[in-house]
Parts: sequence; structure tokens; C-alpha cells
Amino acid sequence: MLSSIPVVSQARIEVLVADYQRVVVRRRRQSLLVLAILAVLILLAGRFGEVDVGNLVDNISNFTSYFSRIMPKLSVGHFGADVADWYWNLTGWLKLLLDTILIAYLATLIGATAAFAAAPFAAANLAPSAALRWSIKRIFEFCRTVPDLVFALMFVAAFGLGPFAGILAISIHSFGTLGKLFTEALENIDMKPVEGVRSTGSRFVETVRFGALPQVMSTFASYTLLRFEINVRSGSVVGMVGAGGIGQDLFVAIRKFYYTDVSAILLMIIVCVAVIDLVTERVRHHLSGQDVRP
Amino acid sequence: MSPLRVIRPEETAAVLERHRDLFDESLRSRALALVEPFCFVAFTIFAVWWLAIPFTQILQGLASLTKFAALMFPPSTGGHLDLLVKAMGETLAIAFLGTLTATLVAFPVSFLAAGNTTPNGLVRFAVRRCLDIVRSVDALIWALVFVGVVGLGPFAGILAIAVSDTGALGKLFSEAIESADARGRESVLASGGTGSLAVRFGLLPQVLPVIAGQVLYYIESNVRSATIIGIVGAGGIGLQLSEQIRTYDFDQVAFAVIIILITVAIIDLISGRLRFAIIGRRAVT
Repeated sequence: MLSSIPVVSQARIEVLVADYQRVVVRRRRQSLLVLAILAVLILLAGRFGEVDVGNLVDNISNFTSYFSRIMPKLSVGHFGADVADWYWNLTGWLKLLLDTILIAYLATLIGATAAFAAAPFAAANLAPSAALRWSIKRIFEFCRTVPDLVFALMFVAAFGLGPFAGILAISIHSFGTLGKLFTEALENIDMKPVEGVRSTGSRFVETVRFGALPQVMSTFASYTLLRFEINVRSGSVVGMVGAGGIGQDLFVAIRKFYYTDVSAILLMIIVCVAVIDLVTERVRHHLSGQDVRP
Repeated sequence: MSPLRVIRPEETAAVLERHRDLFDESLRSRALALVEPFCFVAFTIFAVWWLAIPFTQILQGLASLTKFAALMFPPSTGGHLDLLVKAMGETLAIAFLGTLTATLVAFPVSFLAAGNTTPNGLVRFAVRRCLDIVRSVDALIWALVFVGVVGLGPFAGILAIAVSDTGALGKLFSEAIESADARGRESVLASGGTGSLAVRFGLLPQVLPVIAGQVLYYIESNVRSATIIGIVGAGGIGLQLSEQIRTYDFDQVAFAVIIILITVAIIDLISGRLRFAIIGRRAVT
């Protein structure tokens, strides 16, 4: 049986080793080239970005002391009173936090509904018209590339201060991102059910409803929930330009150096985002794998 | 070939009986089917009422929006083309360096946060919570903080993006490490390699392409987020953009937006190509 183990001859080994060396050398050269390009890019970007490490090192104490300054003064002796003092404006902030969540909710609702309606017209495998498909894709691109704060600034100028501007701005951004994601989900479906429905002579709406949607509904729902999570975060900053939510108070607190207020509001946002993360993650896990796939 | 089976009227009862479970819904699911949409609608109405949406102002607002849109044409540089191009360069630099710094920090940290490489569960829990906290604070808020530390300018923006993305990338990297196939490491360990060798030769080759893809994607998306960071003075084209909106120079706004759109499209194209080259077309979602 020993003879069945192939023995590689010395000459063959040399050839193999030489091949191996050549491949290694080539890969090393490639990595070096990539590193060199990266180095050039870093230098260029450093120049443009006015990177000043010395400045950072000199002022890093500002950064660390900032955190010690925003820490509330809590003592064990009168802990309750200290916390009450720290959260002196608790009801006001809770209201603003609720504002923020509701802004995110309405914006997600509007954005997701619009994206849901537009996505079938943008998916390559379902779209009834190529021209329409192209233009919807460009609209998606526009909506997600222009930052939501830019929209918020314009809407504040048009509709006045308040949450309405924030809702509109975030929903336009959500429309762009969700539209892209929904379209991609639709483009990855199994086409057999769609062909089946088409072969019965159904029109576009029925094809999408009975052929495509059953395959992607839970994916859509999961993307929407993820977007809601992100929108709660954006909802906490649109206030900086006057578009509602807790961002306004946070902005004022940071700018006017109300240190303990900064930590109080930040802590509320962090806890709120964490809770929403946890809940939506549960729901998303529950949803995943529920699609009707043949 | 068997002919199509036709169900005669007298057989329907039998067919229904056979597929009872498809038709019988429990009382609970029927109730839920009614309650769920109701709650949904009620919550939406509550949200609209709570936020006091000014429906009367909508028409007026739309009128002024159309006025703004009309003012956007033709787009004009306002004589500051060089400033705008420089600001866009700053934006790109912020996105690139910010993501790179975040990657360098997040990469080692993610090994502590991944279940299969962490030294112990307590470290993993602590690192994960830290990443969560860093992640839940928006980049714009970090930018405000860093403007206070290093002063106005793009450097504050770089630091802001770096910090907020360390949270996001750390989480993504650790998930990539956790979903890697364990057999690569096992085989290195079985042939007598140490733990670190197992990570180097059993784990990294699986994880690196995924990570590279994610980093490229983040550079792409950070070009978008870096465009706004200027609003708080942290460099990039956002400063010009917000100033022009505040002064109602909408033709210049339009021009800046066009520059952003073109740049983002180019970056998308390049990074899309690179990503396909690294991990292949199908793996990209």
C-alpha cells in the first residue's frame, strides 16, 4: 500500500518551490504598491485636511478634561438631590426626546411608504419602463446624497422652525436610502413566481403584489426598522438647525458650556437609542427568514 | 399525463376538512389582525397631534419652496469656484482620513469584542457597550466637541468621523470575525501553531476581504456625512452650503449640491469597482 502515496521527485519540488516563490514575490510587490498608493493618498489628504497632530497632542487635555467637566457632581450623602439637580429639566427633556422619537417615526413612515411605492418601478426585473426606471433611480440617488441637514435648513426657511421641517428632511433622506435598498431586494428575488403570475395575464400591480412582494416583505420590514434606528439618531441632530427634537437643547448646552446639561442630555439619547436598538434587533431577528421563498 | 382534477361541489367539504389548518385562524390572530393596524394608525395620529404639525402653513411653505427652487436656476459659483473645490477636497480628506483612523482603532478592538477571539466574556461585554455608546452619539455632536478641542477646521471633522465610526466599524468587524469559519483556526492549532498564529493564518485571510469591503463602503458613506459636518465649523463644503442657505443664495446652493453629487458619484464608482475586485460581485449587499 505504501506505493499508493505519491512521492514528489526532487526536480518537481524545485519547480513547485520556484513557482511558490514567484507567487509570493508577486503578492508582496502588489501589497507594497497598494501601501505606497495609500501613503500618497494619506499625505495628500493630510495636507487638505489640515491635520495637525501636534495641535491634537497639545490640546488633548481639553478633550479629557471636557469629559471630567461634563460629569455631574454626585455624592453618596445626598444622591437623590444631586440627581434631581443634574436632571433639573427632566420633564422638558423627556418631552423633547419624545418629539425626537416621533419625528423619527413619522419620517420613517413617510419615507418607507414612498420608497415602497417607488421601488417596483426602479427594479430592473419588474420595471415597466426603462426611462421611468432610470429617472427614479436618479431621484433616489439625489435624495440620499444631499445631506438631511441641508434639506432641514431649507425646510426651516420655508416652513418655519419646528419639527415639521425635520420630519420632511429625514423622510426625504429615508426615501432615498430605503428606495435603493428596496430596489436591490426586489432585484434579487426568485423570478419564477413572477413569471407564474405574469403568465395568467395579470398586470403590473398584480404581478408585483402576488409575485414579488411575498418574497421581500420581511426584508422590507427589517430595513425599515433599521432605518428607524438611524433616524432616531438623525432626529437628535436636526434640532441643531431648528428643525425640532432634542438637538436644539443639546446644541445650546454644548455651545454655552452648560457642562452637566450636556452629559444629562447625551445620557438620555444614548439610553433611548440603546433601548430602540435592542427592541428593533429582537423584532428583526424574529422577522428574518420569514420570507416566502420557494 | 393525468388530466386536471376538477373538484365537484359535493367534495368541497372534504377538501376544506383536509386543509382545515389553512382556513382556521385562532381567535388571537384574528384579534391581532384588527388591533395591530388600529394601534399603528392611532400612534400615527398621536404623533401628528403631539408634534403640532402646522397644516395651515404647508401651502405657504410649498410656495416659498418653489420660489427657492426657481432661484436655483441657473446654478452659479458666485465667483468662489476655487473655494468650493478646496472645500470639496477637504470633505474628501475628512472622509478618507476619518475612516482610516477609525479602521486602525476598530481593528484591534474588534478582536476583543468578538465572541471567538475575546480573552474573556467580561472584556467582551465592556468593549461592546463602549462601542455602542460611541456609536449612538451622532458624528455631528462629536464634531461640536472636537471643535472645542482642536479649534475650527477640517481636523476636528476628521477626529469626529474617526470617533463615531470606530463604534460602527468595531461592531461590524467583530461580527465578521464571529461569523468566520472556525476550521481554519482549528487546523493551524492542530498542526502545532500558537493562538496568535492561528488568528494570523486561520482567521485573518477569511476576515480581511470582508473588512476591506466594509471600510470602502464606509469611506463612500462618509463622503456623504462629511458634507454636513461643516455646519458646525468642522471643515468641508458644509460650511459654504449652510451659509448660502442662510443667506438665500440658492443658485450657489445648487452649484454646491451639483459638485457634491458629481463627487459622490465618482467615489461610488471607484469604490464599487474596488469592492467587486476584492470580494466579488455576489458578496456585496
